[in-house]
Amino acid sequence: MATTLNPAAKAGAQVGRSVPRLEGRDKVTGRAEYTHTMRLPGMLHAKLFRSTVPHGRIKSVDTSAAKKLPGVLHVVTVDDVRKVLPHPYYGPAFHDQPILADGKVRFVGEPVAAVISADPHIAEEAVQLITAEYEELPAIYDEVEALDTNIFVHEELKPAGTFADLKHLKGAKGTNLALDYRLRRGDFDKAYAAAAHKFEHEFKTQKVLHLSFEPFACICDYRETGVTFYDSTQGPSFVRTEMARLLGWPENKVRIKVPYLGSGYGSKLYIKLEALALALSMIARKPVKIAYTFEEMFYQITRHPSTFRIKSGVDKDGRIVARKCEVFWNGGAYADIGPRVTQKSGLTAAGPYDIDNVWIDSYALYTNMTPAGALRGFGVPQLVWAYENHTDMMARALNMDPVEFRRKNLAVEGKPHATGQMLKDHPVDKVMDKVLERMEWSKPFDKGGSGHIKRGRGFAIANKAVISPTTSVAIVNVAADGSATLYCGTVDMGQGSDTAMAQMVAEILNIPAEDVRVTPRDTDVTPYDMGTLGSRSLFHMGHAVRRAAEDARDKLKALAKEVGEPEGSNIPIADLFQKRYGMQAGNVIGSGIYKPDYTPPAPGTGQSPNVTPFWMVAGSGAEVEVDIETGHVKITKLVNVVDCGKAINPKSVETQISGAALMHLGFSMFEKMHLDGGQVTNASLADYKIPGFHDLPSVLESHYVEHDQSNGPFGAKGVGEVATFCVGPALANAIDDACGVRLMEMPLNAEAVYRAIRAKQGKPLEEA
Amino acid sequence: MTATRTITFTLNGAPVSADVKPHHNLVELLQTHFGLTGARETCGQGLCGCCTVIVNGRSVSGCLYLASFVDGADVRTVEALDGAGKLSPVQEAFIEASAFQCGYCTPGFILMVTQLLDEHPDPDEEQIKHYLTGNLCRCATYPEVMDAVKLAARKRKAAASA
Ligand code: FES
Ligand code: FES
Repeated sequence: MATTLNPAAKAGAQVGRSVPRLEGRDKVTGRAEYTHTMRLPGMLHAKLFRSTVPHGRIKSVDTSAAKKLPGVLHVVTVDDVRKVLPHPYYGPAFHDQPILADGKVRFVGEPVAAVISADPHIAEEAVQLITAEYEELPAIYDEVEALDTNIFVHEELKPAGTFADLKHLKGAKGTNLALDYRLRRGDFDKAYAAAAHKFEHEFKTQKVLHLSFEPFACICDYRETGVTFYDSTQGPSFVRTEMARLLGWPENKVRIKVPYLGSGYGSKLYIKLEALALALSMIARKPVKIAYTFEEMFYQITRHPSTFRIKSGVDKDGRIVARKCEVFWNGGAYADIGPRVTQKSGLTAAGPYDIDNVWIDSYALYTNMTPAGALRGFGVPQLVWAYENHTDMMARALNMDPVEFRRKNLAVEGKPHATGQMLKDHPVDKVMDKVLERMEWSKPFDKGGSGHIKRGRGFAIANKAVISPTTSVAIVNVAADGSATLYCGTVDMGQGSDTAMAQMVAEILNIPAEDVRVTPRDTDVTPYDMGTLGSRSLFHMGHAVRRAAEDARDKLKALAKEVGEPEGSNIPIADLFQKRYGMQAGNVIGSGIYKPDYTPPAPGTGQSPNVTPFWMVAGSGAEVEVDIETGHVKITKLVNVVDCGKAINPKSVETQISGAALMHLGFSMFEKMHLDGGQVTNASLADYKIPGFHDLPSVLESHYVEHDQSNGPFGAKGVGEVATFCVGPALANAIDDACGVRLMEMPLNAEAVYRAIRAKQGKPLEEA
Repeated sequence: MTATRTITFTLNGAPVSADVKPHHNLVELLQTHFGLTGARETCGQGLCGCCTVIVNGRSVSGCLYLASFVDGADVRTVEALDGAGKLSPVQEAFIEASAFQCGYCTPGFILMVTQLLDEHPDPDEEQIKHYLTGNLCRCATYPEVMDAVKLAARKRKAAASA
């Protein structure tokens, strides 16, 4: 390979190019490796026995019949786990989740016992033979009621100690409140009292879940000398730290290997099956695999249902002068990352608007349901659902055009955000303009006349602050033949990160991106990364990768000087190594670390001049046809626009926009996890519908505005979630425009629309 | 647990045999006996298409198809498509159109698209949607799959006239 060390190609030759995915061939030939389909020699399988009650004390677990089944090697309860791991609790924010239920169960589906066998079918059969007796306790499901009840999901709160702002909760009793985040700016009460117009609404979002097509899977191979995990995880570094903590081992004895992920969308973060797999492998002294069925995903992690009470005061000119947001997050039985969702999303609850007086209270609450965590948007879609419906409702009530009303109130560049941080690289006006342009908003719109099909259109805008502060580390290794390998912990779960990172390395080393190899994640060789989450990777890891590549390039330059090459020489890299070492030998290793500047928000007010290194901005526009005789909604057009900074790989950006928007179309229009007395009643693909080919809008457009992120690597920033934000409210606004009904809760299915139409006609349907 | 039985069949053109139990499905057979992981189980209900396998020229859901039923049959999986290391036009088209993200559903889509183009060399959008309703993609790569099908149709036509 005649790679040279001084760029001859023009800058931007690799970055900004739609490089086909580096792993494409493995994926189209069915040979890409995933944990769920992996096997190790001598591997055993584990299947789980789960709680059938939402809240109860465990009186007894009878495993005797299961143990007798031929082929069963072990039947494990928490008592057995304790013998190998004396403190069997884990969690990123709270150490509240037991490896197997410990004295109590807190949601239907909570793992109570595990069966290990060489044959997964035998393990499954044995699970059917286990019985348990519970003393049932009253359960709590509603997030608002959870704040004020005498039913407590946990006897005592157990913050993990890693987060300073949770320390005061240690040992707290008699509460379901896992975090109470506040923001105070100006004087809400005074400004609201004085406002000419006052609006108050309550919005809800339902329980939905990720449903990655590769269900959760983990294989643990424990030996006294070290432990290896083959894991479908978005955060190998965190898994390593947490497993080392459980074991009381140094991190270098814990190895996490991550093949490709059959996606994650936020579900495969922090600890999922790893702690249990570890305990089981320690007990069995063999590699043990846990691989979920589709149904079991309903008992692992979901998105937070939420209730959002929003109040705004508007002056006589249509300026929003005061806003109060009270957000209740239904975190389910274990905190997982809920407290972070509550805080890091909570700070954007007032939306992309310039409001002087803001009050935000955001509550993370425990309930007796499947735990909730991050799902493609880290809480922001739930917030936007409320504030963009609210915005349209106010505009309508004020008889103002929704475009003009928003324009009057937009928080554009140079304005302060509710946190006090000055907005920079926040082109919300450009994004909104692009949506309106693609919707042909200024042209007359045909509303459908007098028939039963009514047409309407709507749009929404939103922003999000990337979670901060977080750290990424990368290594670039240039071999003696000039080929380059990148070691980075960002997990490619389909978003195309390997390709984008390779493009950055290639840009700096002036080689084709296709020639850069990205090593599969393996914590024995891959350096630290906080996690593949919240659209942070392209920015944070991108910087680390850029620095590592620059470090390697500078070392190559130094090497050239050392061997007597003149300044600016473009000697091929391979010749350089040949000259220096007398043969094809040696390496040049560059490394890079990135952690952005950050100022913690002031306690009590949430004010900070630097709460996030970048903002994500999104807008969606929708056109719908509503059949007022059935409530059926047809989406005739859906336009999604985002600001992603500079597009490193334009094709990948486009697929992230359409993929995120279509996923959210499902959450908006029909997806819902149904619960009855704590029991999930639709835990299968037959009963929980997700978007398919026939759900595509007739017209679907994905766009990004060109706006370089001034502090981003090559001007870039993350784009994995941003197109999820506005789909729901854009559709709700369009439905209202079409037939004059406002839905305050998702999903916007035919039943909900029809009920609302009938209620408006004064002929409400009976409750089902 | 239950009686094992030996079956023989043709797998991607080669005669093979395997010992199976009555409750083993085709996905498990391919993965455990032959190390073929292109067909994979997601929903387990015949609704997503991730487990698609071609048996005697017809696509089946490997998650619902009992392994013992392939006794004597001709079985083809995605792993047969790049014979001699050359990608099929459909596979090429999926790469060029970026018609996958995580790739978990991709082998199922590729087998169905191949079958679609065998039956309808020049499908219109409605035909494509209709034919692929049984294939779901949680990453929602549907727009790109649509592009890939059209591109693959052109590639196959060009190859046929070459
Ligand atoms: S796994 Fe067979 S159709 Fe879904
Ligand atoms: S590409 Fe991820 S499920 Fe289709």
